[in-house]
Amino acid sequence: MHTLDDHAKDISENAAGEAGPNSSLEMNLKEQDTGAGGTIILFFILGLFVSLVVGWIIFPKLLYSTKKQPIDFNHVFHVEEVDNGCESCHFFREDGTFSGAPKLAQCIDCHEEIQGISPDEIKFVEEYVSKEREVPWLIYSRQPDCVFFSHAAHIKGAQMDCVTCHGHIGESESLKVYEENRVTGYSRDIWGKSIGGFKKNTWDRMKMDDCAECHRENAANIEKTDIQTPTQRLIDHIVNLVPPGTSTFGKGGSVQTERDPCFACHK
Amino acid sequence: MKIGRRGFLSFVIGGAAGTALSPLPWKMMDDSSIWTQMWPWTPVPEDGEASYVNSVCTLCSGHCGITVRKINNRAVKIEGMEGHPVNNGGMCLLGLSGLQLLYGPMRVKTPLKRTGKRGQGGWEKISWNDAVSEVVEKLRDIRSEGHPQTVGFISGSDRGTVSRLFERFLTAYGSPNFMRMPSVRDSYELTQYLMQGVEALPGFDFENADFILSFGSGIIDGWGSPVRMSRVHSAWQSADVKVIQIEPRLSNTAAKSDKWIPINPGTEAALAMGLAHVIVKESLYDAAFIENYVEGFYDWKTRVIDKYSPETVASMTGIDTRTIVVLARGFANASKPLAICGRGDGSSPVSLKECMAVNALNALVGNINKKGGVWAVSEPDYINWPEIEMDAKASAGMQHERLDGAGSKTYPFTRYLLPRLPETIDSGEKYPLQALFVSEANPIYTLPGTQAVRKTLDEIPFVVSFSSYMDETAQNADLILPNHIYLERYEDVPTPVGMIQPLIGLSKPVVDPQLDTRHVGDVIIQMAKGLGGSVADTFPWDSYDSCLKETLGGKWNSLIEDGFWSDSGLRIQAFETSFDTASGKFELISRDTGSTLQFKPVNIEGDEKLYPLVLIPYDSIRLANSFIADPPFVIKTVEDTVLKGEHVFVEINPKTARAKGLREGQRVVLITPKGKAEVKVHLFEGIMPGLVALPRGLGHTAWDEFLADKGINFNALIGPVEDPDSGLDVAWGIRAKIEKA
Repeated sequence: MHTLDDHAKDISENAAGEAGPNSSLEMNLKEQDTGAGGTIILFFILGLFVSLVVGWIIFPKLLYSTKKQPIDFNHVFHVEEVDNGCESCHFFREDGTFSGAPKLAQCIDCHEEIQGISPDEIKFVEEYVSKEREVPWLIYSRQPDCVFFSHAAHIKGAQMDCVTCHGHIGESESLKVYEENRVTGYSRDIWGKSIGGFKKNTWDRMKMDDCAECHRENAANIEKTDIQTPTQRLIDHIVNLVPPGTSTFGKGGSVQTERDPCFACHK
Repeated sequence: MKIGRRGFLSFVIGGAAGTALSPLPWKMMDDSSIWTQMWPWTPVPEDGEASYVNSVCTLCSGHCGITVRKINNRAVKIEGMEGHPVNNGGMCLLGLSGLQLLYGPMRVKTPLKRTGKRGQGGWEKISWNDAVSEVVEKLRDIRSEGHPQTVGFISGSDRGTVSRLFERFLTAYGSPNFMRMPSVRDSYELTQYLMQGVEALPGFDFENADFILSFGSGIIDGWGSPVRMSRVHSAWQSADVKVIQIEPRLSNTAAKSDKWIPINPGTEAALAMGLAHVIVKESLYDAAFIENYVEGFYDWKTRVIDKYSPETVASMTGIDTRTIVVLARGFANASKPLAICGRGDGSSPVSLKECMAVNALNALVGNINKKGGVWAVSEPDYINWPEIEMDAKASAGMQHERLDGAGSKTYPFTRYLLPRLPETIDSGEKYPLQALFVSEANPIYTLPGTQAVRKTLDEIPFVVSFSSYMDETAQNADLILPNHIYLERYEDVPTPVGMIQPLIGLSKPVVDPQLDTRHVGDVIIQMAKGLGGSVADTFPWDSYDSCLKETLGGKWNSLIEDGFWSDSGLRIQAFETSFDTASGKFELISRDTGSTLQFKPVNIEGDEKLYPLVLIPYDSIRLANSFIADPPFVIKTVEDTVLKGEHVFVEINPKTARAKGLREGQRVVLITPKGKAEVKVHLFEGIMPGLVALPRGLGHTAWDEFLADKGINFNALIGPVEDPDSGLDVAWGIRAKIEKA
């Protein structure tokens, strides 16, 4: 009669005996694993590569449709003709609002009749001026309707120049292609040419992060320094390890949130 | 190479890792959040240059100056005009919401002709030329048959060039049946005519008064010119002016007054006489004024002393004698006391006796036509047109008595009695109406006895509405010739209600007409030209605009520039020349009518035994109650204790409710001799026991989806009650009962 210990011994012996014939199988499996592992890595890399290509190269091509402006416009030429630089056409109205893209009323002083030989000018006079139709310009810098932006505060108040946000468009001889985001309907210039959101110049992007960046860098000089973009807030929460909604950033005008009021910029 | 399960999974994992390292998910997250916040169907306001147009709001008779902000060609905001004598920059919520009346879905977009049965809503579009020639043909037929008097016109106003064109057209055509919608102005006009001998508008110098005695007038509930009234109301609070509100219900006005005195409804005239009793008895009156400029004081005094002792009045009004005596002393001892009448928003007349009694109070303290008092304001005299040319047919037609009985032997001094129309037409005593024109009025909705009014209109073979909106009357018309709305047209607007300084405002086009509408003034001129003969000759103008420009003459330029023209400086008339009565004095007892001032309370309809309760209406600044109904912004502001969903609440005192076993929010049926309706109960301690109150301005069946079928139209539950002295409808309520639903 076996004791409990004997039984245990038997089992271990059996196990040892069985190991012999099985070891060759294990070896085979290992060999196969090395081959299969290579394949797996290969497929992983392949997947990675394909998705990177899709994400970085194909996706932006699909996301944006290209549109041509109704007529071309030569900024360089016009800037030379006018006395007051950008503000000759992109001016502040009497009530302090900014006029944006010029209307027919501003063009008509010179273009009532055809001035030169440019086909675009001929088209402009014939199609728009004589028919009293406004040109449906595609606005590269058009922000969503909920964004409130005051040109007066930035240009007149902070003495900024146009280039800081709009780049060197005033030095262009023709209008670039307008790329429209198929999802949002806004211009690609808001997110920026780089699909990754990287930028070299201040005028490369016009997202809220870019507003916030400038407002933070110049914190000493400007009033609205507490702009919390969703991205920054997320990063701040992670870094500070505080649950969302409990941290106290800044000391803005709002009693409830201790921040500057959202509706200063968001309508 | 064979792709196994593992290979596939690793491809997917690699793809996921790559996707995470690519901008795709992050960019899509950003874009989709922008997309969801900027739905393509969300309207985005146009961007552009702002401009401002000064005009006058004519949504009520308050006639505020407005400054409309425009972006490019779209009106985006209506603001009060700074420096305007009525509202000086202020604005009411109806006026603010005017843009919804401009761009909203309730507008009639083109001339419409009825197809199918009346009121069923079948319409076909027709051209303006066809529409006008159809009207002309109809009118020509009626006239050639020799019944020009059978054409009637209901207008919201009888002042200004547009209304005068209507009247002129009817006269030249041969009909005396031009009718104005009723209001408390009817009572005041008649009172001032009888007591002061003048045809004038009532004006009130609220800005300079220091004690306001209001007989139920909703000073901040829409009475008078609402924005001016809330401005003076605020000024009174800081200047410590006493405001005493006498009415059976704690209205907003009552709640904001210095003292609210609940009164048995309909007994206001008795209270006025009781106050006069105290003032006379204690010699608190202005003796100099009474002595020199008042006729019949001693007769009147005897009656007042005999019949209206505080005890008698206390038993009638339910106000205790002490309160009456204190109130009379307070009124008489104030330096510039002012008594006013006209319940709620003043859209219903009061009995002649009540208005005369209140005016007598003002006369006792000598504040007629002077600072802080009540004024008889003469109409600015600028409409001087050539004589109306009347041919034989017109003269014959004009010989007929008016259908409503105004100016008849029974009611010789009353000018318009529109609420009597259903009854007189029904009785068949005179002549039937064969055609009816309606402009800026919604009689089917706003006149008491909705069913009777609708029946009357149903019997008129040809009804033309000039309404810009699909209101109840337009819905029941044969032809709708939509007028431009006030933001699209020129129109002169003479002295706003209650102002003491003669004023002309100019309503002008803020935007181009948005739809295929036409100025009603132009349509009238075209109708006249179409009829030819003397009718056409009476209208020498090519268009309404040229008529208006010619009429205003030298004032045109200043009107265009400032939006209003005002008489430079008030001319305070000496008392010697103020009164144009037979005696040349203020007549406390009118010789013209021989009114005895015997107080006969206005009995309301219904048997007390069958209908133990009394239903009264109440008005609110949040409920438009004229030819204009609440646009969506305004109906949104109505409280949940007034209207919840489709159900309107009746206010009942908790005591009455307890006696009847009713609880808050309970659904009940409100029954009056005129009709019944399902309502909900709202317990309110601010209403006297035994009464139930229902708001006016709800229960529309037309207009738009935001307003139609919400609540009950008060006018469907009440009928007119004729004032024996003036013929005016002076129903202040109706007997009612409540049954559990």
